[in-house]
Amino acid sequence: MTPELARQLLFQMRRIRAVEEGIAGRYAAGTMRCPVHLSIGQEAVAAGVGLALRRDDLAVSGHRAHAHYLGKGGDLQAMLAEIYGKLTGCSYGKGGSMHLIDESAGFMGSTAIVAGTVPVGVGLAYGMKFKRSSQVSCVFHGDAVVEAGVFFESVSFAALKKLPVLFVCENNLYSVYSPLHVRQPQGRSIARMVEGLGLPAVCGDGNDVTEVYEMTQAALAAIRAGGGPRFLEFSTYRWREHCGPAYDNDIGYRTEAEFIEWKAKEPIARFEASLRDSGVISATEVERMDAEIEREINAAFTFAERSPFPEPAHAFTDVYAESAAPSVMSACLEGQS
Amino acid sequence: MTVMTFAEAINQALTVAMTQDTNVVCYGLGVDDPKGVFGTTLGLQKQFGPERVFDMPTAENAMTGIGIGAALYGLRPVMTHQRLDFALLSMDQLVNNAAKWHYMFGGQRSVPITIRMILGRGWGQGPTHSQNLQAWFAHIPGLKVVTPSTPEDAKGLLLASIFDPNPVVFLEHRWLHNAVGEVPEGDVRVPIGRARVARAGKDITIVAMSYLTIEALHAAKYLESHGIDCEVVDLRSVNPIDWSTVFTSVEKTGKLLVLDPGSATGSVAGEIVARIAMERMTFLSCAPARLTMPDVPEPTSFGATKGFYIRAGNVASKALEMLGREPGDVSSQLPEPAPHDVPGDWFKGPF
Repeated sequence: MTPELARQLLFQMRRIRAVEEGIAGRYAAGTMRCPVHLSIGQEAVAAGVGLALRRDDLAVSGHRAHAHYLGKGGDLQAMLAEIYGKLTGCSYGKGGSMHLIDESAGFMGSTAIVAGTVPVGVGLAYGMKFKRSSQVSCVFHGDAVVEAGVFFESVSFAALKKLPVLFVCENNLYSVYSPLHVRQPQGRSIARMVEGLGLPAVCGDGNDVTEVYEMTQAALAAIRAGGGPRFLEFSTYRWREHCGPAYDNDIGYRTEAEFIEWKAKEPIARFEASLRDSGVISATEVERMDAEIEREINAAFTFAERSPFPEPAHAFTDVYAESAAPSVMSACLEGQS
Repeated sequence: MTVMTFAEAINQALTVAMTQDTNVVCYGLGVDDPKGVFGTTLGLQKQFGPERVFDMPTAENAMTGIGIGAALYGLRPVMTHQRLDFALLSMDQLVNNAAKWHYMFGGQRSVPITIRMILGRGWGQGPTHSQNLQAWFAHIPGLKVVTPSTPEDAKGLLLASIFDPNPVVFLEHRWLHNAVGEVPEGDVRVPIGRARVARAGKDITIVAMSYLTIEALHAAKYLESHGIDCEVVDLRSVNPIDWSTVFTSVEKTGKLLVLDPGSATGSVAGEIVARIAMERMTFLSCAPARLTMPDVPEPTSFGATKGFYIRAGNVASKALEMLGREPGDVSSQLPEPAPHDVPGDWFKGPF
């Protein structure tokens, strides 16, 4: 890993963390009037996978998508404006936190139904293979997704047709308040189960950004070589409540001890320490990084807060398309130029 | 113009679309099997190859979502369900993704997918092989829903559906597959959202959809011999509904009878009756009426389906009642055909 890449990974993780904390800190004001599902604690997966993907690779995600959107290169101002319900939002105020999109960065959309974008990501890959593209379609999802029927259906089809799909599972042990052990048989590994569907699947430490990046690179190389889909399961942990800005270790579905244990495996400080130890980055550089991030985020929040709301008539537009949009390929190329 | 069956017209529409646009792909359970979905997909795989025409796993929900993803990428998928009832497994992808994508991302990208669903009645298809759920799909903003009743419209509406930038549910009635009619050559599209006046008349408006248009025309022919001039409006599209044509007709005749092959409660017929009652009340000379299926699942047994289906005789009787006329010889002139559970001699089962 080059020092430049290492700095980018650290920067991206710190930036995602700061954005999410920025949202959490402002949420009580009641101006972000939609549910928010924060990714604090899970930044390494989004940063590592996001930087390993090519800009013209496509990605989809679910309800907890802020980090994936940012990791893939989605526009921060447009995301925050969207959460504020503003006309300048990435979905023009029609989507909110759970419907993020930035096609210019290859982020094709996140939706609010668990597993809902899994087949969509596989379908994008069908298009890629059909058009002989070297792109890969990345499907970000959580551990509950593998419980949905549509997951089995989609993964099976991807394996059947050897489609260029990278499934990235963030296993954070909980679906809302439901722990893994009430949802999946004890001792059954998600990756082993998926392997049984006919595609290579491996597990990694989702709080180790180097491991995430390297495993993703290896998987992408295999996919681009025509090897068909790959599945990566990353263990990680969500620090805050399922939906909203607060900590919820006190309400009884998980323990403070478990949280502290995971906090000790915190992805950002751990990576930063290793970079400092190896002399890749200095304390001053990290401070500079944080200052840059803070400036960007403050400006983005100001932009979002000052942007106009749509008029009531906005509710009645875009139900149907009048004509087809330009192809995804041209949207991606436009984003690169 | 060439004379062909409804099934052949669908096959021709697919051929025209796939020839014209290499992004059109066609898949579904059995599209390449020896029966070719009642003949509608016969020969397509040979002509266009297995990448564009393919059988699929029995995974209706994912395969719908995969079609959505492919459509977002730039393809124009045509997915086929041999029964509408099977497509119910895909309601999540259809309703939450296909219908919403354009709206919830602020109009950035639409989903040009066509979902063919075959619905029907008779031959013991029973509770889960014969549901006419056009009202379900029509209820979802973001979906378009078409219900052709002639070979010409089957071809024209399928072409319009495939090249529409939005998701379209294309409902084809099993009892129409062998219907014969003239069909224009080439890429001739029928606009979605425009009804067809199948028969012009002045005494009563009969609004029908899908197969019931055929029964309505039989009834109109009988009524004509009794001096009653029916106007038959074939809706062709149940989302959007062509209100202008329906309103114009009712303003002229002052009487509305709607035929709907689905259950009464929450039906498209109910919507049409409601709109007319609310917005054209002053034109009506009698209460609007509808003939729908009862609010029960379709029975399977030959015995239990006797008298169960809406037939020309029921339509004529209702029209006579609305016109204040005696039923006369309806039951002898328009009896329920025997056997009652098939569309004609051509249908030998098994499905």
